[in-house]
Amino acid sequence: MAGLSLRNVKKSYGAVEVIDDLNLDIESGEFLVLVGPSGCGKSTLLRMIAGLEEITDGTISIGGRVVNELPAARRELSMVFQSYALYPHMSVRKNLAFGLTNLKMPKDEIEKRVADAAQILQIEPLLERRPRQLSGGQKQRVAIGRAIVREPKLFLFDEPLSNLDAELRVQMRVELASLYKRLGTTMIYVTHDQIEAMTMATRIVVLNKGIIEQVGTPFELYNRPRNLFVAGFIGSPKINMLKGKATHAGAGSEIALDDFGTVVPGALPTADETITVCVRPEHLSFGSDGPFTATGEISLVEYLGSEIYAHVRMASGQILVVHASGRAQLRMGETATVSFDPAFAHYFDAQGQRVESGDGAVQ
Amino acid sequence: MNKFIRRNLPGYTFLFPWLIGFFALALGPILASLYLSFTRYDILTPPQWAGLENYEYMFTWDDRFWQSMKVTFTFVFLSVPAKLIFALGIAMALDKGIRGIGLYRAVYYLPSILGASIAVAILWRQVFEANGVINSILAIFGIAGPHWMGNPDYSLYTIVTLAVWQFGAPMLIFLAGLRAIPNDLYEAAEIDAASKTRKFFAITLPLLGPVIFFNLVLQTIDAFKIFTNAFVISGGNGAPADSLLFFTIYLYEEAFKYFRMGYASALAWVLLIVIALFTAIAFFSSRYWVYYENERD
Ligand SMILES: Nc1ncnc2c1ncn2[C@@H]1O[C@H](COP(=O)(O)OP(=O)(O)O)[C@@H](O)[C@H]1O
Ligand SMILES: [Mg+2]
Repeated sequence: MAGLSLRNVKKSYGAVEVIDDLNLDIESGEFLVLVGPSGCGKSTLLRMIAGLEEITDGTISIGGRVVNELPAARRELSMVFQSYALYPHMSVRKNLAFGLTNLKMPKDEIEKRVADAAQILQIEPLLERRPRQLSGGQKQRVAIGRAIVREPKLFLFDEPLSNLDAELRVQMRVELASLYKRLGTTMIYVTHDQIEAMTMATRIVVLNKGIIEQVGTPFELYNRPRNLFVAGFIGSPKINMLKGKATHAGAGSEIALDDFGTVVPGALPTADETITVCVRPEHLSFGSDGPFTATGEISLVEYLGSEIYAHVRMASGQILVVHASGRAQLRMGETATVSFDPAFAHYFDAQGQRVESGDGAVQ
Repeated sequence: MNKFIRRNLPGYTFLFPWLIGFFALALGPILASLYLSFTRYDILTPPQWAGLENYEYMFTWDDRFWQSMKVTFTFVFLSVPAKLIFALGIAMALDKGIRGIGLYRAVYYLPSILGASIAVAILWRQVFEANGVINSILAIFGIAGPHWMGNPDYSLYTIVTLAVWQFGAPMLIFLAGLRAIPNDLYEAAEIDAASKTRKFFAITLPLLGPVIFFNLVLQTIDAFKIFTNAFVISGGNGAPADSLLFFTIYLYEEAFKYFRMGYASALAWVLLIVIALFTAIAFFSSRYWVYYENERD
């Protein structure tokens, strides 16, 4: 196990800056997920940690030791690639043993480790097969097996599940989580899928255009997004975003919204500017419980069995996604009343930064 | 059957123009030469049936036939591996992504386009002449170079060198083969602590198997058939001392100098069988050393 620290790390390809002055500390034994939209530099960052990509500037240390100049093989880490990158001409057994053979490990030790990994991942019957004789899920397991035989101090995963179908993805997610529990090794996991991030991470790093938007536990990111980008990126279905205008009103401030009128969320340290009010679908409800209500027309009903996400077209033309129980009777085309509670909303200023009231009314 | 057709139809479609040429133009003369190889024929008088006489003479009496076999086999065994290794080496260097790679590719391919042209052979002759470029350079260092092409000890090597120099075609094929190997595999190997040599032998070479095989077969066939370069450099008769008496040159002499068409036809068929044999060996052995990515199980 090893912690990791990135100090002022930069990466550019020619004039194109991909990672801009990034600082990050990863504790030993963490399951850290790097999440962000495609092209934001996640793979680049991971590959720099792995030693597959040179860093333009800054330092990377693993376990307290600066590894900038250390070749990948000597960083005591393993990596699982999105493409699996299994050696196609070698049997599964040879794929697993390849790295250990290169390290000139004794034969019986290699055999023992391969057998252990095969048992953990339940790929024992596949050991003599070639990669092309495996299904996607089996290939994935072999790729993970190849990573764990090395008994590395650090695991790196680059979108390992994105080539799998939905069902297998859920299953592998669970297996990865239990593998993590079993090994306790530090893991850095890259994905563009926020659900993967939320379900597996002990801590999430949200990356956008080579810059860290926020670092925090899944709970923190979901409940206290630091900026508009994180609010919009984390959570599915996506958070509702309402444009408003904030003005001072006595000790507090008022926000004029298109559909819900003027809401009073408590004292926000901002006034006379546009503000974005974000509210998750489960914090809106049907009915006139209030405290603020507005009506609209149900334009789409996503029925998921246990729950429903209804899209409601408001008078202003904005569409809000509202969560309801699976038993709710909702029909497309119907007019519905939506209740909104400002206490559950998130507020972001014109720069997209989170603003909070001093009295704790906003969480 | 249906499945066979469906699977192979595209292949045969692409082969179609060649097949037309083969059946309409080549097959007749080929069969005629098979017949002629069992006759005595001097073009001026009609062929006379001679049974196995030509073949018998070839294998039991004809020293020049054996000499030509020796020269040709030596050439094949020296030039083909040397050329393939050279071609692979250059391809790997170019694959590293050098600036102006397009130019290099063209420059390296040029000798192959000029290929079997007479001009190149004459150029080569001049390079290796007694007072040619090589010896002039050697002279600067005070070394008196031999008469490369006049000396039976060296003459064959000048032609081997020429063949290796024309490495462009297999090099381009190697380059395409190298490009087809996913970079991920090298990165995985990098993390798996594989050295450069290990990556080459454990990843590059096996994954290049089909391409190596293809180049090997093509280059071997080509080498057996070497003619123009040898003809020009040897002055058309395999000199000096028959050290450049390639099979095809001997065949040419028999056919067009002495007009022993029957015997020449027999020689041609022996060459065909030798080539076929080598190709067959390559194909049958390939299952033990060539890895095919999309092989059916
Ligand atoms: N070798 C490269 N040369 C130039 N640009 C690159 C290279 N690799 C990645 N990039 C660019 O860097 C950015 C980040 O890429 P990447 O790290 O792969 O993104 P992600 O993994 O988050 O989808 C992209 O805009 C990509 O085009
Ligand atoms: Mg990526």
